[in-house]
Amino acid sequence: MSLGAYFASLSIPNLIGRLPGGVAQGLIWGIMALGVYITFRLLDVADLTVDGSFTTGGAVTVMLTLAGCPMWLALLVALAAGLLAGLVTGLLHTKLGIPAILAGILTQFALYSINLHIMAMHANQSVNPDKYALLLTGRHVPQSILVGAIFVVAIIALLYWYFGTEQGSAMRATGSNPNMSRAQGINIDNMKVLGLSLSNGLVALSGGLMAQYQGFADINMGRGAIVIGLAAVIIGEVLCDAFFRKGSSFWVRLGFVALGGVVYYIVMVIILWLRLNSNDLKLVTAVLVAVFLAVPYLQGQRRSSFRAAARHAAAAKKGGDANA
Amino acid sequence: MLKLHQVSKTFNPGTINEKKALKSIDLHLKPGDFVTVIGGNGAGKSTMLNAVAGVWPVDEGSVVIDGVDVTGMPEHVRAKYIGRVFQDPMTGTAPNMQIEENLALASRRGRRRGLRWGVTNAEREEYHEKLKILGLGLEDRLTAKVGLLSGGQRQALTLLMATLRRPKLLLFDEHTAALDPATAAKVLEITDKLIEENNLTTLMITHNMKDAIRHGNRLIMMNEGRIIFDVSGEEKSKLTKADLMDKFAEIAGAGLESDEILLS
Repeated sequence: MSLGAYFASLSIPNLIGRLPGGVAQGLIWGIMALGVYITFRLLDVADLTVDGSFTTGGAVTVMLTLAGCPMWLALLVALAAGLLAGLVTGLLHTKLGIPAILAGILTQFALYSINLHIMAMHANQSVNPDKYALLLTGRHVPQSILVGAIFVVAIIALLYWYFGTEQGSAMRATGSNPNMSRAQGINIDNMKVLGLSLSNGLVALSGGLMAQYQGFADINMGRGAIVIGLAAVIIGEVLCDAFFRKGSSFWVRLGFVALGGVVYYIVMVIILWLRLNSNDLKLVTAVLVAVFLAVPYLQGQRRSSFRAAARHAAAAKKGGDANA
Repeated sequence: MLKLHQVSKTFNPGTINEKKALKSIDLHLKPGDFVTVIGGNGAGKSTMLNAVAGVWPVDEGSVVIDGVDVTGMPEHVRAKYIGRVFQDPMTGTAPNMQIEENLALASRRGRRRGLRWGVTNAEREEYHEKLKILGLGLEDRLTAKVGLLSGGQRQALTLLMATLRRPKLLLFDEHTAALDPATAAKVLEITDKLIEENNLTTLMITHNMKDAIRHGNRLIMMNEGRIIFDVSGEEKSKLTKADLMDKFAEIAGAGLESDEILLS
């Protein structure tokens, strides 16, 4: 197929038709990104539990819905399951001295078995939107966008409030300077456990919403969730800094983090629309995240690197020789 | 106000790096005492301060603050009695948080942190007034991130945070060592002012003999994990640098030559 024919085959209406679905899923991942933001940015901990707790949230929601449980209760239990997963990681880290990143990997690994148990040993459990009253589903995208947006706004409001309280401030201080926090009487172990729980609770809630949207829970639905979450956080922050050069209010920042999820998903929709191989999505995502994580570092390097210093020195010497 | 009774601490016991950092230290501070601590590197000054602050548990002995035995309390629990300022200006404050947020964290030292607002409007006014004492113009920058401040400004802010809720005990670990001479003098001046106004019981480590003589009402000298010289009142006020050097030579004996440089 020639290049011309390839471009001719891309239909703009087709892209526009796909965008709302991307927005709906992006909002759901935005909730997940808010969870990742708590650990990655506020607590300064890289938590890999989320790959498992995202699936846990989906599995719990679907199984409880199938059992006839009302949706609000199913989501609440999913949230609680996520809190519990974060609690385990937090205790492994603070009480048993396991490095945070490894503690998260251990919990995530264990959750694979637990998630299978939750899903009655099936790798996939579907929930029919015709038979059950789901809050959101891929069949009604506008409604899903509305529900997703309501969740995002409510969660941002809650987080904004919480991190403004005494306890939330103590949690932010723990991430910012643990030594100072201890000297000010903050139990930083408790703060870390609490933060990890809160984060994974949100991630599981996001998983529960995603399972409804796609109509099933799958044992692998959380694979790579941490990378997508990080991508959303980083995209959101880059955009936020671009719009608000002088710094922004905390709730604006949280809003941009959620927006980062939407942008990420729209990019994914475009990649699929370009008929790039969808198996390459993870590679593309990983490269994207690596680039965004590297940019601040490289910018710093450009401002002050040994190579630049050598160049300046050489230039100065040349100028000096010419003057002599 | 502070009682150290036979406090000992050995690091890396039973290994080739074993270091007996504190050897049966006894120290009593009366309320309002302002004690300066001098000694060479490795004399145990910081170790003694850390034993009081509860950075790690002591091996033997007890630490009593205002009649409360805190020997078994971890650092964050003990914090309710103690205000601290560290050598590194970066250690005492949370850089990603605002000036008012840092002060609010300090004003809740030793209290339960619940779901009330982290900073109230009444507190903002209080902080505005208190920051004026520092004379650094920080009172008009309440919402600035602390990471943007200079080392001296951060150290002054840490000082204010340490004294915001009257601590039973104030600990300084060479808190001016990382500052330039002019800033160090300014921070010391604020230190004196805050201690005097609140009549605070204080332990201050310093590498500077002149500062050790000029400040406080009592001076102790440490060497090899022991307090080797303890002078207060009028006797202290008459001290000179030369006296201290002689004293150090007389009591410590060997090892002076290497330490002489450090005690300049």
